[in-house]
Amino acid sequence: MGFFIETMLGGLMTGMLYSLVALGFVLIFKASGVFNFAQGAMVLVAALAMARFSEWSNAALGGDSLFLANVIGIIGAGAVMFLVAWAVERFVLRKLVNQEGATLLMVTLGIAYVLEGLGQTFFGSEIYSINVGMPKDPVIMFEGLVEGGVMINKEDFIAAALAAVLVGGLTIFFQKTAIGRALRAVADDHQAAQSVGIPLNKTWVIVWCVAGLVALVAGIIWGSKMGVQFSIVTVALRALPVVILGGLTSVPGAIVGGLIIGVGEKLSEVYLGPFVGGGIEIWFAYVMALIVLLFRPQGLFGEKIINRV
Amino acid sequence: MKFRTLALAAAIASVGLSSATFSTAAQAQAQEQFFPVLVYRTGAYAANGNPWANGYVDYLKLVNAQGGVNGVKISFEECEFGYATDRGVECYERLKGKGATVFQPLSTGVTFALTDKAPVDKIPLITAGYGRSESQDGSVFTWNFPLLGTYWVGADVAIQHVAKQLGGLDKLKGKKIALVYHDSPFGKEPIPVLQERAKMHGFDLQLLPVAHPGVEQKATWLQIRRDRPDHVLLWGWGVMNSTAIKEAQATGYPREKMLGIWWAGAEPDVKDVGAGAKGYSALALQHGAEPNSKVVKDMLAMVHDKGQGTGPKDEVGSVLYMRGLISAMLGVEGVRQAQERYGKGKVMTGEQVRWGLENLNLDQGKLDGMGFAGVMRPVQTSCTDHMGSSWVRVHTWDGSKWAFSSDWYQADDKVLRPMVLEAASKYATEKGVQRRTAEQCAQ
Repeated sequence: MGFFIETMLGGLMTGMLYSLVALGFVLIFKASGVFNFAQGAMVLVAALAMARFSEWSNAALGGDSLFLANVIGIIGAGAVMFLVAWAVERFVLRKLVNQEGATLLMVTLGIAYVLEGLGQTFFGSEIYSINVGMPKDPVIMFEGLVEGGVMINKEDFIAAALAAVLVGGLTIFFQKTAIGRALRAVADDHQAAQSVGIPLNKTWVIVWCVAGLVALVAGIIWGSKMGVQFSIVTVALRALPVVILGGLTSVPGAIVGGLIIGVGEKLSEVYLGPFVGGGIEIWFAYVMALIVLLFRPQGLFGEKIINRV
Repeated sequence: MKFRTLALAAAIASVGLSSATFSTAAQAQAQEQFFPVLVYRTGAYAANGNPWANGYVDYLKLVNAQGGVNGVKISFEECEFGYATDRGVECYERLKGKGATVFQPLSTGVTFALTDKAPVDKIPLITAGYGRSESQDGSVFTWNFPLLGTYWVGADVAIQHVAKQLGGLDKLKGKKIALVYHDSPFGKEPIPVLQERAKMHGFDLQLLPVAHPGVEQKATWLQIRRDRPDHVLLWGWGVMNSTAIKEAQATGYPREKMLGIWWAGAEPDVKDVGAGAKGYSALALQHGAEPNSKVVKDMLAMVHDKGQGTGPKDEVGSVLYMRGLISAMLGVEGVRQAQERYGKGKVMTGEQVRWGLENLNLDQGKLDGMGFAGVMRPVQTSCTDHMGSSWVRVHTWDGSKWAFSSDWYQADDKVLRPMVLEAASKYATEKGVQRRTAEQCAQ
């Protein structure tokens, strides 16, 4: 029983992190109708910038103040993400107003390659660490209730809590603020939004900045957990089945989808894996998403799109 | 009319000039031994691929700085393949046409793909510490050279080391050993030897594959926490290694009970984990980090201090840098050995280099003279043994550096040789390859 609970908890905590990355996809899609394949590259660039700025400033400060170095790192990385958002709007999206969704999708693929290349050129391709003081050792809880207790990883727990706070904050921002409503209006119809005075260019910069912020938080959490290096890009791929499952247009869908995928992949690996040779968790997540697509093509929470002719 | 004449004259002159340039370049190339360099400086495995590539290229520069191979200078060209098998094969196809006489794929997947091509193109493959384990049998695998050791050697020594920690091979009975492996040809290579050893000694072998690139291992380590194996063998590469050690820490599995293959025992695997990796051990493919060796001092003096180093200076002498450096040295010595037979100071062909690699005899005196004293043991190949050495040590991360923690082990030939012969014969039957006779070997 204890092991089952551990697996469930592990899945839920991982799932919350998937939700965070999935939220980056959903935000940009809702605000600009673009399925942003560059989200993983943004996580990489944000984490690399944070790690390197923090490392350089720590060295400049004589290694005395890790806290200050981390603050400088976060500010530096935030500035880089703003620069990315501005450059994407200025040099890419501005030229592509009212273009087909497929065109915009292909453009984000190109942006991903550019960001991956530039990120590694400027900040390096070694493994860098982010030390924000996350505890690394596990704690055993409920020893009186369950034989052997339930092991909880403190780092995972804190990361999941941080992700939950950010997800909650973004949900409120998106649903309740004027900027959030403007973002949704732009997503529905570029020209209609412009005609009622919503500045398209500014809105796009804002939404890419928010996606950059999400990428920065995800980068710090994943970077602290597994080190900052190129493979962090693949974390974004883990969020793909989440958005398929939850629906591309739904913030709650990203949250619930993340949790379902997180728990599902862990349970499948542990309980089904041994029967089929193991190593199934990555593709099993896609199988779950595909099953949902068979019955609900718009995902669990996505909007059903009806085109009238 | 005048313009047309001028244009015609210019065109003729440019053709003449370019052909003169071409023939000069061709001549220069003809006087140089060309080394193709397959690298991955980008992508998921860049952190480990970079130091290897830097060590490899730096050694070629060092040889040139020392006058070349009996006067023959070395030229080289890198090809980036990102540890992707298809791109690795593309690199091979591109560079073989430029006069390549030896390839080092740095990927077991690419090695599998090229094993059938090498005999056709007559280019030997050096796979130092990776590749197909049965390719040790040179009478079948004429063009493969898994010099210094194969994964079967690694698996055999890993069990010997675990047994020694327990107090003897007989103490393995009833124990549980888990193999956490990269779900790829590389990760699957040791399984036959571990299964054979499990049968021999009565221990339980648990197989836990990890999907590429290995950043998500929570479920794997939860299973380890549940099943509590006595030892964990880690067969990882790149980010998979540091992730595994972090997950071990997160699940409370003692790092002292973990033993990695030699591709899971370098600075990038543990540096980011720091004190959390303290006590973690890995096999050393003879060498470890060797910052005090003579070859490293020569490298710093003759290459890096002259501003010609490929990577950062503080990386020189690190584990993977040394692996790349030694791999390059083995290729260069293959050329040098070939020159002994086919003519000193001449550029060797692929077939001649193959002969050189098959007749390699790096005794301790030679190695010491080249600056490898204390770094590695003698390597001697033959027609039937393309590996040349099966000595391995263990080194342990003390929280800030790797330090040797065991004496030398040698893989047990009584266990491995029959397996090598059987697997090589199976390959020969499948591919219709004739095993070379003693007479053919002597040619």
